[in-house]
Amino acid sequence: MSDWPLLTILIFLPLVGVAYILLVRDNDDTAVENIRRVALVTTVFNFILSLGLWIWFDPSDPGFQFVEKRDWIPGLVSYHLGVDGISMLFVILTTFLMPFCILASWKSVTDRVREYMVAFLVLETLMIGVFCALDIVIFYIFFEGGLIPMFLIIGAWGGPRRIYATFKFFLYTLTGSLLMLIAIIAMYWQAGTTSIPELMNYQFPTDMQMWLWFAFFASFAVKMPMWPVHTWLPDAHVEAPTAGSVLLAGIMLKMGGYGFLRFSLPMFPDASADLAWLVFSLSAIAVVVTSMTALVQQDMKKLIAYSSVAHMGFVTMGIFAMNVQGIQGSIYLMLSHGIVSAALFLCVGVVYDRTHTRDIAAYGGLVQRMPWYATAFMVFTMANVGLPGTSGFVGEFLTLVGTYKTSTLAAVVATTGVILSAAYALFLYRRVVFGPLEKESMRRMLDLSLREKFIMVPLIVLTIVFGVYPNPVLSVTDASVNALVGSVAEATGGPKGPAIDASEFAMVSGSSTDAVERGLEAAGMTPAGGGHGESGHGETGHAEEASDDHAAPADNHGEPDAASEQTPASE
Amino acid sequence: MADAHALPSLFPLLPELILAIAAIAFLMIGAFDKEDVTPTISVLTIVAMLGCAAVLGFMPTDRTTFEGAFVLDAFARYMKILTLIAAAVTVAMTMGYARHQAFSRFEYPVILLLATVGMMLMISADDTIALYLGLELQSLAIYVAVSINRDSVRSTEAGLKYFVLGALSSGMLLYGISLIYGFTGSTQFAGIAAAIGAEGVGLGIVFGIVFVLAGLAFKVSAVPFHMWTPDVYEGAPSPVTAFMASAPKIAAMALFVRVVSDAFEPAMIQWQQIVIFLSIASMLLGAFAAIGQTNIKRLMAYSSIGHVGYALIGIAAGTEQGILGVVVYMTIYLVMTLGSFACILSMRRADEGMVEDIADLSGLIRTKPWMAVAFTALLFSLAGIPPLVGFWGKLYVFLAAVEADLLPLAVIGALSSAVAAFYYLRIIKVMMFDEPKDRFEPMAAELRVVLAVASGFTVFFFLVWTPILSAALTAAKSLLL
Repeated sequence: MSDWPLLTILIFLPLVGVAYILLVRDNDDTAVENIRRVALVTTVFNFILSLGLWIWFDPSDPGFQFVEKRDWIPGLVSYHLGVDGISMLFVILTTFLMPFCILASWKSVTDRVREYMVAFLVLETLMIGVFCALDIVIFYIFFEGGLIPMFLIIGAWGGPRRIYATFKFFLYTLTGSLLMLIAIIAMYWQAGTTSIPELMNYQFPTDMQMWLWFAFFASFAVKMPMWPVHTWLPDAHVEAPTAGSVLLAGIMLKMGGYGFLRFSLPMFPDASADLAWLVFSLSAIAVVVTSMTALVQQDMKKLIAYSSVAHMGFVTMGIFAMNVQGIQGSIYLMLSHGIVSAALFLCVGVVYDRTHTRDIAAYGGLVQRMPWYATAFMVFTMANVGLPGTSGFVGEFLTLVGTYKTSTLAAVVATTGVILSAAYALFLYRRVVFGPLEKESMRRMLDLSLREKFIMVPLIVLTIVFGVYPNPVLSVTDASVNALVGSVAEATGGPKGPAIDASEFAMVSGSSTDAVERGLEAAGMTPAGGGHGESGHGETGHAEEASDDHAAPADNHGEPDAASEQTPASE
Repeated sequence: MADAHALPSLFPLLPELILAIAAIAFLMIGAFDKEDVTPTISVLTIVAMLGCAAVLGFMPTDRTTFEGAFVLDAFARYMKILTLIAAAVTVAMTMGYARHQAFSRFEYPVILLLATVGMMLMISADDTIALYLGLELQSLAIYVAVSINRDSVRSTEAGLKYFVLGALSSGMLLYGISLIYGFTGSTQFAGIAAAIGAEGVGLGIVFGIVFVLAGLAFKVSAVPFHMWTPDVYEGAPSPVTAFMASAPKIAAMALFVRVVSDAFEPAMIQWQQIVIFLSIASMLLGAFAAIGQTNIKRLMAYSSIGHVGYALIGIAAGTEQGILGVVVYMTIYLVMTLGSFACILSMRRADEGMVEDIADLSGLIRTKPWMAVAFTALLFSLAGIPPLVGFWGKLYVFLAAVEADLLPLAVIGALSSAVAAFYYLRIIKVMMFDEPKDRFEPMAAELRVVLAVASGFTVFFFLVWTPILSAALTAAKSLLL
């Protein structure tokens, strides 16, 4: 198995689908149907392959696995791929959401289907590449390359204000990214390498860390997006076609959080510690302000978009809490939000396909005509609120626990955001689903079709499974997060002694899943035991993240049973 | 001194000689043949140019002749091959245009051939006199080419404008050369460098450098010597614009690099400031002024100004990495420019003839999907978006800037490329998102080939990237020996 360049296959398989789609010559109905099928088969197959990552992943190894390295441009760039506990699940999240995007566009996109599917498959390639890249230039290429297909998707298949939205999206993200490019170049000249594992071990001078941190922050904060550079997001989300919103919310926002975890924290630990207050302030403001903004939205997608910004506020807070709970929580929240917000956009897409309006006021009383839909929407609304028992809760709770340890004030402010999120989400649900069925257009609404049920059911199952049983995810991320926290603590706990007190990290020594579970138990959640038995590696706190060759994980454990959506629904 | 009267070795000059003789021969054929021989001459010109490029590929480097006034090093060889390819492609792209637009003048390929000879002399010049001769041969040929459509007011006006401003810049250049000669006592680059190194940089030399650089900046159309560019690009017949945007830019940039890195090398502190200013001003003006354009040729003019600004970053760095950046940037710029002009030359409707407005591209994805996709790839690449090849050009010049501690230059470059992205996106928006207009006429075969190769390169450049890069590196190294 280890001989297989699994990551390369995962990244470039969608392009095989693209090649096939381009070979379909006609434009009649059969051809279009074939194009859709090819896209679906490609993405499903890619998802199944990506589960191999989870099966063969060695959760006790904090370093990079499935590593591939080939020289390309001597001395500058090498084709270097690999995943660790932080990035692996994002790869799977990407491949998991793609088939839903294709399915969601099955009926709603009838214009230029070929180009549409090509754009999505190319986007999949670029998104997977972001999470697999271990060379910083390769990372940048994938990170920014994703703008091209997304620009075209929003601009060509979007809503009425699509041109404005797509330009705003493109230029905002591009400007942030270009500053990061300069920082990447500076890091190359300073450290003499573009290899991410080597850069993680490199000690940048403190003053240089500062401006490098800001340059990366410019890029990731826009991508994330953080208040106040979030304004592209509501526009882009609203105007994008449903599947585009799903990928924006589900994957592309996570690239910002992933970037913080992969670059800002391990490479600039001093700057991250010194500037954590800035991130906390912005995040706390984001959580409150955008939640309140969401409360008054008239457009369903816009409301969900603002709620995404608020949730990403929790994520950034958790990341810069720089302790195990915070980071585990933020990864968990990103994964959960990837599923839940994607599902919410799909829910909006379902009714939008029927009525062609996203105006909340145009709806009401849907429960009487669409009970299935009402149920699905309710599960995702609850998950968005962070109701215990849904995946949203675990992430939000852990990030708040982590943040509380570092900054009580930020945690307190953010917690009000949880309340506000319940307010806007339930308010939306009430206006759309409940109430009298008086609008004429609502009377003719049909409930979920088989295709739509096929989309919703796996998402519901996952939302609930990961809400009551977070272990498969936490045990995967555990070792890498521990190593990350350890290395950050080591770097910042030195004589420079900035914001983070080293003694705090002593508390979380030992297996971080234990620490996380203590937190969860305190909240009345008992993640079923077992499963983290083999994580007896807490002492590897600051193991080097950077070993070159973890390419051959033994076929082990089989513990995080990858096919988790085969688990029967617990309703 | 003993062999002062002997004929210098002509071998390093072989490609130039072939082209010059070919130009005269073609002129004779054209003048004495009764029939319209333009297509034949065009094909012969292309064969001659590509043949010379092939010959150059096999020629030994590091030769000088004419007592050091002419040098053929790896840098000259690389840039000459690039120039020859650019010239050959533009001649080829003219053939279809000539068929449709009654633009059948046999002088045209001959003039481009002469311009190319001039450019090759510029690239190889290691002496201020040789520099001036090459530059004037090239410029005079292009003045004529711009106004070759002598029945068109726009074309003749553009030619006149270019001539007047070009003459002014030549005058400045010549004045600078004479100042340099007066203060260093040498016309040879090596002699100038030695004199500056020995005596330090006096006021007269500074003046000389300023005038020489102003003259060169005019030729590469760097701000503030860019004023002619939009008008001439718009007014000249489109194939001539394609030519002007590609080959002469390469040659002038090569000359620029050689002058500052050979002749003025000891005065780096002085010229570096000037080049940094030229670079920043060009990038910013290229980015902002293009936003309001509606004519695609004017837009390409501003875009080329911006790109020159990026290439100048590499020169400003003044290091091996910087020269590598310039070489790589110009290579990439050349491919993208030729591809874009292949699209512009295909903007032809049955009723309206050639059209030049950006709005005419409206909805191209529905009427001509492949052309739209190829042009989109080129535009994204011009904007410098990875994974397309244009990104690599920017990466290399930024690498050079950061290495040379010119961080502000890199940051301004990065931000202005975000601004520039806007107007490239605007063209993409028109093509991809707007409602379609009438179909263009079918593309000529040679334009199809150029467009396919250029856009294929922007996407699949990585297949041929390593050899190009190593050739560029050899070229950059040869200059600093």
